[in-house]
Amino acid sequence: MNALTIKNLTKTYDNGNQALKGIDLNVGSGDFYALLGPNGAGKTTAIGIISSLVNKTAGKVEIFGHDLDTDLEAAKSCLGLVPQEINLNLWDSVENIVTNQAGYYGIGGKVAKQRVEKYLRELRLWDRRGDIARSLSGGMKRRLMIARALVHEPRLLILDEPTAGVDIEIRRSMWEYLQEINAAGTTIILTTHYLEEAETLCRHIGIIDAGRIIEDAPMSSVLRQLQREVFVLSLATQVSEAPHLQGFETRLREDGELEVAKGPDKDLNELFAQLSEKHIGVVSMRNKANRLEELFMRLVEQKPGQARSGQ
Amino acid sequence: MNIALNLVAVRTIVRKEMIRVLRIWVQTIVPPAITMTLYFIIFGNLIGRRIGTMDGFDYMQYIAPGLIMMSVITSSYGNVVSSFFGAKFGRHVEEMLVSPMSNATIIIGHVAGGVLRGMLIGILVTIVALFFTRLEVAHPFIMISVVLLSSIVFSLAGFINAVFAKKFDDISIVPTFVLTPLTYLGGVFYSISMLPEFWQAVSKVNPILYMVNAFRYGILGTSDISIGYAYAILLVFVILLFSACVLLMRKGVGIRE
Repeated sequence: MNALTIKNLTKTYDNGNQALKGIDLNVGSGDFYALLGPNGAGKTTAIGIISSLVNKTAGKVEIFGHDLDTDLEAAKSCLGLVPQEINLNLWDSVENIVTNQAGYYGIGGKVAKQRVEKYLRELRLWDRRGDIARSLSGGMKRRLMIARALVHEPRLLILDEPTAGVDIEIRRSMWEYLQEINAAGTTIILTTHYLEEAETLCRHIGIIDAGRIIEDAPMSSVLRQLQREVFVLSLATQVSEAPHLQGFETRLREDGELEVAKGPDKDLNELFAQLSEKHIGVVSMRNKANRLEELFMRLVEQKPGQARSGQ
Repeated sequence: MNIALNLVAVRTIVRKEMIRVLRIWVQTIVPPAITMTLYFIIFGNLIGRRIGTMDGFDYMQYIAPGLIMMSVITSSYGNVVSSFFGAKFGRHVEEMLVSPMSNATIIIGHVAGGVLRGMLIGILVTIVALFFTRLEVAHPFIMISVVLLSSIVFSLAGFINAVFAKKFDDISIVPTFVLTPLTYLGGVFYSISMLPEFWQAVSKVNPILYMVNAFRYGILGTSDISIGYAYAILLVFVILLFSACVLLMRKGVGIRE
């Protein structure tokens, strides 16, 4: 069974802005799915509709087979949401916020207490349980929103840019935690602008742009589409202009580093052989951009009519 | 969610509301106590002595039920409107909207919170009143049922105000320009029998007149209006306002895009 099924979902706001233009999306049970797209692409609107915070214009949404139109309460029971904006009651204590959320799902008493302690400990907030949310750092507030979304133990967890503005150490620990709960069976849908995050965590990827899904496929097959990689070489030998290398595109950067683009038919040994022939030494080398980032940019730069799928 | 789970949700909202009321007690509990003490000193003690009796009661005794009802009404309304609008403004209303509890549960929870604060303030003002005058309850059932129903009516009205409010100014317009004038003209300080016939008829359009008088009847046993009418008006308002709240929530007015 799919964790999430979306059919022909459209949303037109009162001001006439058509945020979603008939998207179809399927997320399998147990999947870790990345939903990517530039700002204003329609990601947050789609998440708003799935979590019933935004009224849809047309289309169908099912969460674990429960239709939002006919079986709303059951659908909501399956879903946990970590929104993009901090939406905590900043004057309430950490413990109360999570306890209240349990209560809204009909979980009270001893079970609620146990769950609150479990998730606050797992997200390293137990020591701050008596503090008001306002006093927490940005990373702690994000973790508190995750604890709040998990307290009713949803089968589908949606995180809308959960690591935005969070330092690297906390981001990595959040990644580990999300991988753990995914391994334990929770389906996760993640939106993020950190494409490294999507590449590291997710097994499937959907790219949304201008209200349309322009890519929806397993991460591995998406990355295989990438046919061109750009490397930045730090040279031991100073050069005045970019050397001509047979089969490679080169460009000399202002900082003296050399950018080399290679296609799938060329290997790096050949690159180094040609550089050696020209007596150009290489001190170090790095990828110019994250692979997924490059693919993402390429896909969203296509016009909607050229989009690959989901039309 | 079944009834038992919805009851847990209602209890959660009420608990949250009570924690809020007690956390900001300087704003929620102290002001009505001070205001009502001043009313009793100035209107009851100083001016009231010169007025003499009204409907056979000391002026202080006569105005006490109206002042209690006035504080219950403003506290119930104020609690729900500020709490629900605050949740909208801070966006933590989404905590409730994403959960499976029904719209009716959200409304009932907030109304129960408003009623509890109204009762808390009502009891406090009654204690203040007892420092100034003697109150013997003539009809306890009428007193309790009228104050509860009035508190429910104004909690529901506060909820509707919060649903439509877009900025903080919007939650003070109704209390300032509608609620306060209607309360002052609702027979808190005088019997409408003192008014010319035309103004008596106009006064009878004011629903707060029925609440104040029915409550006064519950305590003092005297009223300007029929108690049956008062109950009918209260029940009609409860049904109409609750239905309006459910409809607004179902349509997502002011809370869903």
